[in-house]
Amino acid sequence: MSENRIKIVEKILSANERLANENRRRIDQVNAYSINLMASPGAGKTSFILATINGLQNDAVQIGVIEGDTAPVTIDSDKISAVGIPVVQINTGGECHLDALMVEGALDQLPLNAIDLFLVENVGNLICPAAFALGTHSNVLIASTPEGDDKPYKYPNIYRGLDVLIINKIDLLPYLNFDMDYFQQGVEMLNPGLITFPVSCKTGEGIENWLDWLKIKLPKN
Amino acid sequence: MHELSVTESVLEIACKHAEKAGAKKVTDIHLVIGQLSSIVDDSVEFYWQMITKDTLCEDARLHFKRVPAVFVCLECGHQYSLTQELTPCPNCGSARIRILSGDEFNLESIEIQR
Repeated sequence: MSENRIKIVEKILSANERLANENRRRIDQVNAYSINLMASPGAGKTSFILATINGLQNDAVQIGVIEGDTAPVTIDSDKISAVGIPVVQINTGGECHLDALMVEGALDQLPLNAIDLFLVENVGNLICPAAFALGTHSNVLIASTPEGDDKPYKYPNIYRGLDVLIINKIDLLPYLNFDMDYFQQGVEMLNPGLITFPVSCKTGEGIENWLDWLKIKLPKN
Repeated sequence: MHELSVTESVLEIACKHAEKAGAKKVTDIHLVIGQLSSIVDDSVEFYWQMITKDTLCEDARLHFKRVPAVFVCLECGHQYSLTQELTPCPNCGSARIRILSGDEFNLESIEIQR
């Protein structure tokens, strides 16, 4: 019997990445844009999706939403269906993140050809979603001011993979000890020049700037 | 916690390469994990015992090689590693830094018996 060492050097999550590439191919095929929305619980992911839907209602953009939840609770997806948008809920069965396989299953249930913009609401968590690519065109994190200004320092990985940062609940800044300079220094160390939109989903402040960025990314029909 | 899916991926990759090499058995698995990749070794070990039964990897030992997170300052060139929380350059105070290592998450090699 001979003993051997075999050199491999393969990313542990390479299978997920292959599936993510396949998801991207399907979304590109229908000429749509897609966003992975991440945040901690309560940061305002669903409110942000609703504000985005509302802001695009005069732009003839067909939106499809994929809702990730750890339990079969349809509170979020009910809010999306209530405004007439196709939505698929993924119950992760306790898993702390969405992965590419779950998104593949959700894409099967949406009318792909009819959709210009896929919004994927990840599970509320700042750690695990950072490790699993879904195949979306951009990763967007919604940070909210009540969470505190130290989050980039505590959860560096999620900030590193971002394309856009939303700072939600800026209407609460007068009531909080949130040091914006300290927060943004942490972000700058991890992701220099990150596109950032301070917003309030409650008052609507700043949402227009986000929509302007998004509209440039949307396919031209 | 996503240690179970991570452990399943390790098993899948290891078995794939072991089969290709005509292995009778995998004895050791070497993982390289950067400090910025959050994973709990003990949980991976726990799941590993559970899911490797009756596979080529049954009883294979897992070895974790940790790679420290190292940053370089773009202002002064100073290199420093992450001790606790992320900080600006300790030499000049600049926040213009880049990560040199620490986000590795690889299966580096396996040892097999033929």
